[in-house]
Amino acid sequence: MNTDSKSYQKYAKKHAPKSPIFRDCVCAFLVGGLICTFAEGLYHLYLFWKLPEDTVKILVPCTLIFLAAFFTGIGIFDDIARFAGAGTLVPITGFANAMASPAIDDKSEGLVMGVGAKMFTIAGPVIVYGVLTSVLYGVVYWIWGLFL
Amino acid sequence: MNVIRLKHAPSVVGYASVVGKKEHEGPLGADFDLHDDAGTFGMDTWEKSESEMQRLALNTALAKAKLSPDAVKAIFAGDLLNQCTGSAYGLLSFSKPFFGLYGACSTFAEGTMLASLMIGAGYFDVCAAVSSSHFCSAERQFRFPLEYGGQRAPTAQWTATAAGAFVLSAEGAGPYITEVLPGTIVDKGIRDANNMGAAMAPAAVDTMKKYFEDTGHSPDDFDMILTGDLGLEGHSIAVEFMKASGCDIQNVYNDCGLLLYGAGTQDVHCGGSGCGCSASVVCGHIMRRFQKGELHNVLYIATGALMSPDSLKQGGTIPGIAHLVRISSERI
Repeated sequence: MNTDSKSYQKYAKKHAPKSPIFRDCVCAFLVGGLICTFAEGLYHLYLFWKLPEDTVKILVPCTLIFLAAFFTGIGIFDDIARFAGAGTLVPITGFANAMASPAIDDKSEGLVMGVGAKMFTIAGPVIVYGVLTSVLYGVVYWIWGLFL
Repeated sequence: MNVIRLKHAPSVVGYASVVGKKEHEGPLGADFDLHDDAGTFGMDTWEKSESEMQRLALNTALAKAKLSPDAVKAIFAGDLLNQCTGSAYGLLSFSKPFFGLYGACSTFAEGTMLASLMIGAGYFDVCAAVSSSHFCSAERQFRFPLEYGGQRAPTAQWTATAAGAFVLSAEGAGPYITEVLPGTIVDKGIRDANNMGAAMAPAAVDTMKKYFEDTGHSPDDFDMILTGDLGLEGHSIAVEFMKASGCDIQNVYNDCGLLLYGAGTQDVHCGGSGCGCSASVVCGHIMRRFQKGELHNVLYIATGALMSPDSLKQGGTIPGIAHLVRISSERI
């Protein structure tokens, strides 16, 4: 058996069991779809309660963020996510969990250097590159407008 | 000659293991001395809980050895936390000469080896080796927050909430630490932190091959060959590579990461890992089997992955190490 580094890396990659992609996709589709259907239901419920449409558009994600943070706090979110994978990660629930979970963990290092600093360790890159992309999009949109 | 045969082989006069809920619910649950289902051990942070596990493990080992803490001349200990604070805070109250070690999951074998060499050389008559890991403190340091909703890779291992302690003495009725083989750093370029088994297996194979070449022993001369925590993935790689080198270990080979948890029932994927994994299995299950007379001759080869979260982010590889300790019921 050849044991030089390159052959070993290839061997290890081939040897390792693969993630059950099909099952993961089905779970993500079902749970992610369920979350989105629930959000759509909320949208119609808030409209039924005669709330202005602009307010409803803010209220629906706020409700999902609250619920995700709440389920993170009572220790259920990670159990659901273990099954759902991208189904809970991709909607705004994943972002809420990424902010709430380090905040819970890092309270032992204090409110400033613990909760304040570390709650952005996972969500931070999303915010930074999300804002950067929106600026780039704005510039492209502005240049596009000059020629129209 | 890489193998060191201890002319004055020290005796294991005390041993103790402390574990968390998942480990206690595993197949070896009854072999551990202490457990806490909450995993906090009465402390308000996970790091303090880990330190408390080390203190409890050494205290229990000393009590079982019927020795007072004053008898211990030096402590060799380590854990996974930055600057080995798990050991430093946990063993502070013993007020004894302290050697802080970092060998990742190989730390317990490293500590046992160094303590045995010191005793064998006559510098100390009684030493302790202690190591620990805590799932919650390790997750915080190496991976994601505890409540973060992610999925683990099939090759991932579960950091054990466990601690183990040996009290070793120049005099005693055994079992004895008869031979040691310090491991060398082996790096085959694995970069996947979710596949520690594959990263560490080459080191285990390197150490085993050196041992059998040096001593002329065959695997069948031992009741058990026990690697630290290669898990399911590393275990099968080690078996395959040893077989390919003409040394079939399969009949006597097991792995602490596989023994600690129930296969397929405890959601630990490839098995256990962490400094406390092999420490608790050896100080719990293995030593009890020695005591019952079921084991007489065991090669304990603890493996460690010597990387940090930052070295991985910088694209670094995961070097592995494997320290060998031979535990025998008779001096050889």
